[in-house]
Amino acid sequence: MSKWEETKRQITESQVWQSIFRHGYDDTPGNRVQMVSGNVWLHLHPSKVRRHAIRMRFTWCMGGITFLMFLVTVVTGIYLMFYYRPTAEYAYADMKYLEFDMPFGMFMRNMHRWAAHAMVIAVWLHMFRVFLTGSYKPPREFNWIVGVLLLVLTLLLSFTGYLLPWDQLSIWAVTVGSNMARATPLLGYEGPFADWTGANPIYDARAFLFGGGEIGPHTLLRFYILHCIFIPLVASLFMAVHFWRIRRDGFSGPPV
Amino acid sequence: MAMSREMFWALITSVGLVVTVLFVPGGRVLVLPELFILVMIGLYALAAPGAEITDPDSARPVVDTGPGDDKVHTWPHLVRSEFLCAIFITLLLIVWSLLVDAPLEDPANPTRTPNPSKAPWYFLGLQEMLVFFDPWHAGVVLPSFIVVGLMAIPYIDINPAGNGYYAFESRKIEILTFFLGFHILWISLIIIGTFLRGPGWNWFWPWEVWDSHKVEALTNVNLHYKFGVRTETGAMIFGAIVVLGYFVLGTIAMYMGIVKMKGQEFMQRWGMPRFILTSFLFLNMMSVVIKMVMRHAGNIMYVWQTPWINF
Repeated sequence: MSKWEETKRQITESQVWQSIFRHGYDDTPGNRVQMVSGNVWLHLHPSKVRRHAIRMRFTWCMGGITFLMFLVTVVTGIYLMFYYRPTAEYAYADMKYLEFDMPFGMFMRNMHRWAAHAMVIAVWLHMFRVFLTGSYKPPREFNWIVGVLLLVLTLLLSFTGYLLPWDQLSIWAVTVGSNMARATPLLGYEGPFADWTGANPIYDARAFLFGGGEIGPHTLLRFYILHCIFIPLVASLFMAVHFWRIRRDGFSGPPV
Repeated sequence: MAMSREMFWALITSVGLVVTVLFVPGGRVLVLPELFILVMIGLYALAAPGAEITDPDSARPVVDTGPGDDKVHTWPHLVRSEFLCAIFITLLLIVWSLLVDAPLEDPANPTRTPNPSKAPWYFLGLQEMLVFFDPWHAGVVLPSFIVVGLMAIPYIDINPAGNGYYAFESRKIEILTFFLGFHILWISLIIIGTFLRGPGWNWFWPWEVWDSHKVEALTNVNLHYKFGVRTETGAMIFGAIVVLGYFVLGTIAMYMGIVKMKGQEFMQRWGMPRFILTSFLFLNMMSVVIKMVMRHAGNIMYVWQTPWINF
């Protein structure tokens, strides 16, 4: 028995360990299935998967990394929400306060932002991998659609969060990004045929997005609610569908 | 006994955490969270799979359901990879977050527009397309086509090859098309928008200084002007012919090309709705390429100009 095995045996057979974990883990097929099907988190997986479908050179791990980044942004985002007030008077000051006074404030903000960027990159690479392996083909067509919706939601999550620091970078990036909305045909006041529909600067697609004719405090509150509640909620629902359908349809792979 | 793979990764990650705490500036504040992660890794190494778990490739399926059963148990084979991947990526993110601070500029000021004003980087491809198309087209119609087109992929691709595995040989056209749309267009436009566009959305090479007074001669003309059409009505008719001609001739050319390449039988099986949708989306994607070339090489502004709408 190796040194490692010996140490492991000593620990797991100690009184302390056995008082916490009543039963040893007997590595039998039944227990392996139980570990997955009897666990509320792990049962998102099927209890058995196709062997090649779990190789990293097949999956690139990108779907999982996207989900991990989402979880990181949820945890760090909740931390940031404790210290941030989505009003024009306080938002920027709270950012400074967060960065210089709060324990782990700067670190949490960095984690939140970089995880959000990493999530965008990971979701693109995930889509690219799923395309390369043709995993959208029958019977998984609909799950690809759910995936495209999740891609759009990821971008919207990132975009709405971009405004919240309320600095020059954020309001102008969001202004430029949202200016597209005022050019929407029929619905935007600078878009084609706006005269015909009566779209005007305070009543058009962009004003709906901004909560007013110009970007301002109302926009900040609107984006905050979209960013912290509405889009994460919708994205979580779609994620549940996405994962569930992978489980139901089975992991993709070549014919046996 | 050789060290198992999970022990190897646990060791790498632990060393990484210790190095982070000791040597990365500011890493010390993370002693507690990282101790927690170390304990997690230790518990994992003890309680979870153990050394008897071998590589999935060599693991014998415990329940053999006959020939062709290539399944392995999710626990531990998949869960182990997920767990290790998660701690490894989390570690990378922690180090990155310690080293690089998120930007925070001056307070928001709606009266002071920075030059250039850029959208978040992942939308810079769309912003760069504003050079070639009007906002309603680059910012609303084309993105909608991208989303709809992506969603349509599973329904227009009826090639049974490569369902769940890499098959480059039998899916050349599909993969090349995706490569053109995703890598060449989407990614390269983002790179151009991020690194090569400066004040006034003028083109600056990385070694050039961003001069906000750079003078760019506005030499762009519309296509009808190049062909000697000077009247408004003439321009409308000329543009309509060119744009509609592009779509009609392009569709016909694609039809003939596909029939020639795949045969009439394939076209029958594929069906008209799929073909029309595919060719329409493909021609729209190619129109971005064509307008980029026309602008950069020939200073062409619009192909079709009308009093209401421009292409």
